[in-house]
Amino acid sequence: MVEQVRKLLEKRVESVAELENLRQSILGKRDSSRTCISVCGGTACRASGAEAVVDAFIDEIERRELQITVELKETGCHGFCERGPVVVIRPKRIFYQRVKPEDIPEIISETVLGGNIIERLLYVDPATNERITYEPDVPFYKKQTRTIFSANGEIDPTDIEDYIAMGGYSALSKALVQMSPEEIIEEVKKSGLRGRGGGGFPTGRKWQSCRDAEGDVKYVICNADEGDPGAYQDRSLLEGNPHSVVEGMIIGAYAIGSHKGYIYVRNEYPLAVRHARIAIEQAMDYGLLGEDILGSGFDFTVTINKGGGAFVCGESSALMASLEGKIGEPRAKYIHMSEKGLWDNPSLLNNVKTWANVPLIINKGAEWYSQIGTAGSKGTMIFSLVGNINNTGLVEVPMGITLREMIYDIGGGIPNGKKFKAVQTGGPSGGCIPEQYLDTPVDFDELTKLGSMMGSGGMIVMDEDTCMVDVARYFIEFLKGESCGKCTPCREGLNRMSEILNRITQGKGKQEDLDTLEDLAGILSGGALCALGQTAANPVLSTLHYFRDEYVAHIDEKKCPAGICRELIQYSIDPEKCEGCLRCLRACPTGAISGEKRKPHTLNQDMCIKCGACYDVCKFNAVIRQ
Amino acid sequence: MAKVWINGKTCVEVRDAEGVNAVHLTVDDKDIAVSGGQTILEAVARMPGIGNIPALCHHPAVKPYGACRICTVEVSEDGGSKFRFVAACLYPVKEGLVVKTNTERVRKLRKGIIELLLARCPNVKRIQELAEEYGVEKPRFVLGDQDCILCGLCVRACQEIIGKSAISLVNRGIYREVAAPFYAYELSEDCIGCGDCAFVCPTGAIEMGPDGKPVLPKVKIPYAEIEAMMKKEAVATS
Repeated sequence: MVEQVRKLLEKRVESVAELENLRQSILGKRDSSRTCISVCGGTACRASGAEAVVDAFIDEIERRELQITVELKETGCHGFCERGPVVVIRPKRIFYQRVKPEDIPEIISETVLGGNIIERLLYVDPATNERITYEPDVPFYKKQTRTIFSANGEIDPTDIEDYIAMGGYSALSKALVQMSPEEIIEEVKKSGLRGRGGGGFPTGRKWQSCRDAEGDVKYVICNADEGDPGAYQDRSLLEGNPHSVVEGMIIGAYAIGSHKGYIYVRNEYPLAVRHARIAIEQAMDYGLLGEDILGSGFDFTVTINKGGGAFVCGESSALMASLEGKIGEPRAKYIHMSEKGLWDNPSLLNNVKTWANVPLIINKGAEWYSQIGTAGSKGTMIFSLVGNINNTGLVEVPMGITLREMIYDIGGGIPNGKKFKAVQTGGPSGGCIPEQYLDTPVDFDELTKLGSMMGSGGMIVMDEDTCMVDVARYFIEFLKGESCGKCTPCREGLNRMSEILNRITQGKGKQEDLDTLEDLAGILSGGALCALGQTAANPVLSTLHYFRDEYVAHIDEKKCPAGICRELIQYSIDPEKCEGCLRCLRACPTGAISGEKRKPHTLNQDMCIKCGACYDVCKFNAVIRQ
Repeated sequence: MAKVWINGKTCVEVRDAEGVNAVHLTVDDKDIAVSGGQTILEAVARMPGIGNIPALCHHPAVKPYGACRICTVEVSEDGGSKFRFVAACLYPVKEGLVVKTNTERVRKLRKGIIELLLARCPNVKRIQELAEEYGVEKPRFVLGDQDCILCGLCVRACQEIIGKSAISLVNRGIYREVAAPFYAYELSEDCIGCGDCAFVCPTGAIEMGPDGKPVLPKVKIPYAEIEAMMKKEAVATS
């Protein structure tokens, strides 16, 4: 016990000078030329087997007794999830992708000890067919501007010394010692930072109103209740660099005069919860959280609160209700949360990405920060590029980059030579943007103009085989299931919208249904209580606006142009083209296809469940989908 | 100086009383002065002849909630150039606020909400009356057979006035319903049979039963199936 306390006291940093000494001593112990193998340990790479890769590295390093010369690091998400598990070997930054445990002995003997490149593990650029050896040369990374996401691939998120070595907590020292709370708020205001959770509210103004709000007790909250289908950047940031979020929160708390913070994180993000918890414990041990932080007299602690499992809890007022232990339902925000939030006290709530931007702004200055981005939206944004795209992953780009650059230059375009159809931005309440707007610069205002929104940065790319009515139906179904049910427009309106959309996709739609959908959209946007309901009609409105002909085809011709809606399609076999290879016959799960070898097969419509398995396996294009 | 309207027709100018926190606002082109700290709905309710704001989920005895949304009005904070929809039962009165309670936009929105409610509860008299007032003939949707509009008045009355929370809103979205907390089979002894819930219910969905306890709206949870499922699980795990 005594020993433990003594150890704790040893770690504790009492002043800014001591923090700098600690940083120097950490750096002094490190050798930048030493080989460092960093394995991506983000949730996506873990799903592709990164943990086994890490274990294999540990075994191999121990077997060869290389512990002193080689450093192994399990880092946070590198972003290139499509190619996981990803391994980067520093200092040269050799980039290996889709690494398997079997490859490890070879990597150690060939690359780490022998200095040779293993060609087979390199990334091949599909555009040029060239093998790329070094991480910065990979097109996916090359076009990105990584600021808040930059340390993710380099530091071990469970080791505070890694973060400190990279200059971590220097923004906190600067803020606590050199700046007054007013100066910090002024700096954030000047930077032009807007809330990254989706609303895009100017962060500095929010801070100011929370500082000005009356009340002795104030709270700082980090919203990590990310729930949009297809978006996972908040998770990756909290998993990969939790200290940057904590540092941002301490600075924010100092600026508004708060002593208590909460991280509200999704319970379904166990790794993010674990890493955030470790970060908070370590920051407490080092005296960067707790009482008298860096000798400034400022006290602040952070508690983790795991989410209750409702999408709507990402909405600030519902989140606070949930934090209070009540049902996670939104309430009207005619009086802002910054004035009357958690337990009716002034509360400053920001998204994970917003908090992570704060240390950067304090360190590099508002002027530097405001040079990135567009007139109305400053800085960078992390998007999760998913759907029908070659390079699935997380990309950090400056605001103002065009959708085309993001999808084609970074995302590598659409797989299997298919044509681009639309991109859905901003999560389930966002809109679908068609091809003619691909050159639109992406920022808060431009996306809103197109009937979509920034949201928390989801970007779902859809190819020509996507039925837009079905997409709208899917998102409305999602929102219907996630509506808390408190207010009539959202509860009843979304239910009726899904009723109509289901009808249309089953070929039972009527022409009047389109007007009814538009009426319902008006009721939702005008009448709903919270942002979930107010923006819920966006997927319907945007698809109705840009892809009205598809709705009309479903209603008038009873046809699904993309061949997705099961009730409206029929499979048949073209006897001219069928070579009688038996492939479709074997693939059919219901035995609807009959025939003999080298003779044209036939499909029994009564038994067909329209799964499309025959269509997918046919090599002669003999299966027709109508 | 403040204007005081008598039955919404005659206007008299009076000086603000000293020490009173008066707020001046315009409701449907009439200037009024009310004491601060109340909502638009509360302020207008005390001004006969001014404004037209229907409400279902509001009751002066419990805290405003904002669920039914038919009290939606248009307000402008910049003197009347830009208007937006707000719920009158929640929006606090402010100096210089311009409120419009019965514009075409407002009526259209309310009509839409009433259509949704009528589709859910086609047999409720209060909703039928509102539907007639706002010109909703036949809902364009598949009709339901509910009596409860989920305004939450019963639950709030039980919690705020009686202090018991014997009933609760459970589940979410379209599956939300008034039931005993945690979907208990029966109301617990927390229910003292005061009848408050039945009294505040705007649609008559809750009635007092012969045992002196309220009969809640039909609960959709398939208890029999759940029981069968649990039995099966018990067998499987034993």
